[in-house]
Amino acid sequence: MSNKNIGSGVINWIDYRLPIFSTLKHTLVDYPTPRNLNYWWNFGSLAGIFLLIQIITGIVLAMHYTPTVEGAFASIEHIMRDVNYGWLIRYIHMNGASFFFIVVYIHIFRGLYYGSYKSPREVLWWLGLVILLLMMATAFMGYVLPWGQMSFWGATVITNLFSAVPVVGTAVVEWLWGGFAVDNALLNRFFALHYLFPFLIVGVVILHIVALHTHGSNNPLGIDKKGPQDSIPFHPYYTIKDLFGLSFVLTIFAFVVFFAPDYLGHPDNYIPADPLKTPAHIVPEWYFLPFYAILRAVPDKLGGVIAMISAILILFALPWLDTSKVRSATFRPIYKKLYWFLVVDIIVLTWIGGSPAEGHFILIGRLATIYYFAHFLVLMPLVGVIETPKPLPNSISESVLKKSIKGVN
Amino acid sequence: MSIINKIIQIFFVIITIMFFHLTNANAKSPDSNITKMNFSFDGIFGMIDKASARRGLQVYTEVCSGCHSLEHVSYRNLSGIGFSQDQIKEIASQFEVLGEPDAEGEVNMRKALPSDRFVSPYKNANQAKAYNNGAIPPDLSLVIKARAGGASYFYSLLNGYKDAPDSIDASNGYYNESYPGHIIAMPQPLYGEDVEYLDGTEATVEQETIDLVSFLTWTGQPELDQRKSMGFRVFLYLIFMTGVLFVSYKKIWKRVKAGLI
Repeated sequence: MSNKNIGSGVINWIDYRLPIFSTLKHTLVDYPTPRNLNYWWNFGSLAGIFLLIQIITGIVLAMHYTPTVEGAFASIEHIMRDVNYGWLIRYIHMNGASFFFIVVYIHIFRGLYYGSYKSPREVLWWLGLVILLLMMATAFMGYVLPWGQMSFWGATVITNLFSAVPVVGTAVVEWLWGGFAVDNALLNRFFALHYLFPFLIVGVVILHIVALHTHGSNNPLGIDKKGPQDSIPFHPYYTIKDLFGLSFVLTIFAFVVFFAPDYLGHPDNYIPADPLKTPAHIVPEWYFLPFYAILRAVPDKLGGVIAMISAILILFALPWLDTSKVRSATFRPIYKKLYWFLVVDIIVLTWIGGSPAEGHFILIGRLATIYYFAHFLVLMPLVGVIETPKPLPNSISESVLKKSIKGVN
Repeated sequence: MSIINKIIQIFFVIITIMFFHLTNANAKSPDSNITKMNFSFDGIFGMIDKASARRGLQVYTEVCSGCHSLEHVSYRNLSGIGFSQDQIKEIASQFEVLGEPDAEGEVNMRKALPSDRFVSPYKNANQAKAYNNGAIPPDLSLVIKARAGGASYFYSLLNGYKDAPDSIDASNGYYNESYPGHIIAMPQPLYGEDVEYLDGTEATVEQETIDLVSFLTWTGQPELDQRKSMGFRVFLYLIFMTGVLFVSYKKIWKRVKAGLI
């Protein structure tokens, strides 16, 4: 592991005893990366950076926040008004959560398209899903902290889902609440856990990267590297590409933070929580809407909860549900179409999740939910068997070289 | 082929954005008529009209503050809409607050200081309920941010009082075409000439409403001016940096693309 000559004397001395520098060099500099990654591969590092942004702004916010039902809402306004640049830090944190989800969802959809979950990257895929689950828990608890109307009623609706568990449901809910209602005890523990979970995410991210570097990145062709001509060192090629992508996304991010900071939020959350007054429509943050739609699509409470959880758990089985040996959808004509149907289906679910559960919205929601599960449980295994994939290129470098020659002509 | 793919990808990105916009618009437009207004603080370069906000303070003080509190705003904050320290002291001193315990432990009323929050019209929540048929009039500090439709909704609401159509029973309140559900507990607050503006502006309903909206937009987002001017500079810088990084990326990758590495 430890190279003899990694830097100056002191660095060598430390590295010989704790190979921290050679590990970093191996991970961020030398890491042999396929030469043909497209822009969709930018979103992994982007997700890591948004995690860092969230942790840094979150720690600063925690320094000024009061986790009590009497003080929480006012302490947020204190941050917005009295803390130096508090408004900036909070708006970054608020919208940072949304952007974290945007980049992570794109990252997941990229994996889905290019078959990044297939052997030998199953564990890498699982770790990513664990990160997603932790993110969801963290974001949900974070949304409760300002103790506005949507915070309170969102927390009430979601924690009440656990009451669907047979026999012990009520006991579980009261245990979560630390009492008999959504109150101070819940706010306190959500604050504690909201502070803890991001560090758990960091831990799983490290495992995710270790798993990634074990077999290397997948690539748009979905074929394995055949030799050194297929890969280039991570630095400077992908560091500069990732920096460019980061700067691009930060530009959009800055636009939202500075010019439309409340666009992605719900106005009701600027009304202090009132346990006696239910908002007209209780809607979760946009990144939960597809799952919320699946929850409401099932007429039975327990069934809805099971469907919602299954919608994510099903992704853990993807490496076996997908029966095709070909990774990249580029060479799978039928699967490629189905992939875009799935994307449309999830957009429809998002729309339904944000609409009131009435009239034709219910029917559309149910059909979209059925299609979601059918995609993974029926279509995916079937297509892998009946589809004839297009011929795969011999190697990454050959394919890239052809392209560049074409480009010259 | 790859160009077609790119077009499809871009198409889906646009569709996605449109859908989010629609879901948002859905969540933000309850059954009410909102006149979309243009305000000084709209858009990327829009700023709070401070003279208007100062007049709005007068409307708030002379009309709204009879029932509505402004609990997140301190008198000292008024420097943000152009009041001098002396003016702020004078404004604050017109109100009385419960003081701190003195040497004997007695708590007496004292004149409000710039550091005090806007004095509430009520001693506590129970008094607010008792005076208003059991419902607390909403605090106005964040009211523009806390309502779907924002400033335009607020403007429409204050101008939305009409005679109730025969089909609607308005005996529980007042008919307002912009209020969700149309029956609002608050009587029409502004009729025109409700205040005599210190700067001589004519106090039409239109003028009073716009001034109040300016003031309450400021109480909800006192950072608005600073946020937008900083945002513009940050945005320009990031565009520039993105350009530089793109050129660097292309330059560094040139040899890779040519197949030399």
